[in-house]
Amino acid sequence: MADLIEVESLSKRFGAIVAVDDVSFSVARGVVMGFLGPNGAGKSTTMRVITGYLPPTSGTARVLGKDIQRSPVEVKRSIGFLPEGAPLYGDMTVMAFLEFIARIRDVHGVRRQQRIQYSIERMGLEQVLYQRIETLSKGFKRRVGFAQAILHDPDVLILDEPTDGLDPNQKHHVRELIRELGKNKAIIISTHILEEVDAVCDRAVIIDRGRVVMNGTPSELHAKSRRYNSVVVRVKADVAPKAAKLLRGLPHVTAVESSAPVNGSVPLVVVPRDGRFIADEVGIAVRQNGIEVDEMHTQVVHLDEVFRQLTVGQEKPLR
Amino acid sequence: MKNIVIIARRELAAYFATPLAYVFIVTFLAGAGAVTFFMGDFFGRRQADLQAFFSFHPWLFLVLIPAVGMRLWAEERKSGTIELLMTLPVTTTEAVAGKFVAAWLFTGIALVLTFPIWISVNYLGDPDNGVIVASYVGSFLMAGALLALASCLSALTRNQVIAFVIAAAASFLFLMSGLDLVLGLVRSWAPSYVIDMISSLSFLTHFLTIADGVLPLPAIVFFLSMIAVCLFINAQIVELKKAS
Repeated sequence: MADLIEVESLSKRFGAIVAVDDVSFSVARGVVMGFLGPNGAGKSTTMRVITGYLPPTSGTARVLGKDIQRSPVEVKRSIGFLPEGAPLYGDMTVMAFLEFIARIRDVHGVRRQQRIQYSIERMGLEQVLYQRIETLSKGFKRRVGFAQAILHDPDVLILDEPTDGLDPNQKHHVRELIRELGKNKAIIISTHILEEVDAVCDRAVIIDRGRVVMNGTPSELHAKSRRYNSVVVRVKADVAPKAAKLLRGLPHVTAVESSAPVNGSVPLVVVPRDGRFIADEVGIAVRQNGIEVDEMHTQVVHLDEVFRQLTVGQEKPLR
Repeated sequence: MKNIVIIARRELAAYFATPLAYVFIVTFLAGAGAVTFFMGDFFGRRQADLQAFFSFHPWLFLVLIPAVGMRLWAEERKSGTIELLMTLPVTTTEAVAGKFVAAWLFTGIALVLTFPIWISVNYLGDPDNGVIVASYVGSFLMAGALLALASCLSALTRNQVIAFVIAAAASFLFLMSGLDLVLGLVRSWAPSYVIDMISSLSFLTHFLTIADGVLPLPAIVFFLSMIAVCLFINAQIVELKKAS
C-alpha cells in the first residue's frame, strides 16, 4: 500500500536550536500513527512542517506524493489539521466557522450541507451551533477544532494532542472516532498520554530532542521494557527470602525484585531473560516447592516506563 | 480570487462581531462632524463645499485607521489562529489581501455613512459635486494606504497595542513627510533627490491634490502602489514571523 505521508530526513532549526533533527517515517492508508515524545521534543514542529505551516530547514515531506514545498496548497488541501491547543476564531459562531472552513476548503453544494451536518453530529455540536466559540468550554472548543479538521473528508489527518482537555467520556469518544476514521485514512496523532497509543495506534514513533528514538508497533514498544512479561508473585513475608532464592534459580529468570511487605505479604517481581514468557515456569516452581502464594499475575507493562527508559537520561530529573 | 473573497467576508464579519466596529463608526462620524462644524467653521465660511469636512480626514485617520488595522495580524498571532489560517489551502498573498480588503471595505462603510453631510451641503447651497466625489475617492484611497501600512506593521507583533502605536507613528511620518517638520530632519545632510523622494511620499500632499477636485493620475497611482508595496512587505513579514 502506498504511503500517504512520507517524511524524509526532515530537519528544522530555529537559529541555533535544532528542533527536529533528521526525522524520517512514513504512514500508509489505514494506519494511525502515534507520535510521542516529551514536551519540546519536536512533535508540534514536525507536524507544522508536514502541514506546510513552517518550511523545513533541510529534508522534505510528501503528502499523497506531493512535495510540501513544491505544491503547498495541494498538500494543505488533502490534510485535515488540528493545531496544538485547537486555535479557533473566537468571535464566530460554531456554524459560521464551519461554513467558513467548508467554503475555503471548496466543499460546496449539497455536499457542503452533508459534510457540515456529519461533522456536527460526529462531534456532538448540535447544542452549541449558534454560540460564539469564545464562550464555549475547553472540551467543546477542542471538538469544534476536530470538526473543522474532518469537515472536508481529507485523506490525511494530523492531530496535535486531540484529546487534551477532554473528559474521560469525550476522550473515549474521540479515540473511537480516530480508530474508525483510521480505517481508510492516514492519521498522525501526537500525545503524551501513553494509554492512547494502546487504545488507537497501529504504530508509534517516539522522538526525543528532535530525534527518532523508536519506531515500531505498540507491542514492540511494550517489549522494550525490561519488565516485559514479568510475573508478580505475592507471598507471605516469612517465606519471601526462600521463594526469592528459588525463583532466582530458574533458567529463564534474570532477577527477582522484592519490595516492602504490605499487610504481611511481599510482592516479588520475577523478571524474565529476553522478555520470555515465564508464567508457566514460575507457577510450576512454586507449586512443586509447596510455597503458599497469595496472588500471582503477569505484570502489565506501562508504556510510561518504556517511554522514560527511552527518553530520560539526557535530561535532568525534576527535584 | 475566490479565497480572497471568502477570507474578506469572514474578516468583515469579525469586525461587526465585536463592539470595535460600532465604536469606530460612531467615533468617526462624531469626530468628522465635530471638526467640520467647530474647527472647520463650516457655517462661518459661508461656502457650499465640503472642504472643512475633508481637510480633517488625514488627522482623523491618523488615530482611527491604526485602530482598524492593528488587529489584522496581531490578533491572529496572539490567538494562534494564524496556524489554522496558514494551513488552510490558501496562499499567504490571498490571506494578506483578503484581510486588507475587509478592513478597507469597513472604512469604506464608515465613509459612506458620512453621506448626511453631503445631503446637507446640497440642501444649503449648490456645491460642486464633482469635487466632493473626487474628495471621497481620495479619502478612501488614503485610508487604504494607511490601512496597508497598519496591516503590515501589525504582522510584526502579537500585541495589538504595540501594533496600534507603531502604526500611528508610521502614519504620522508618512502624512507629514512633505512638510518641514519631517523634511527639516534630513534637509541638513541629505542630498536633494533624497529630500524630493521623501517629500513625494507624503500622503497629505497627494490627498490635497485629489481634494482640489481633480483626480490626478499620479496621486491615484501613488496610493495604489503604496498599498501594493505595504501588502507585499506584509506577506513577507507573515512568512518570516510564523516561526517565532
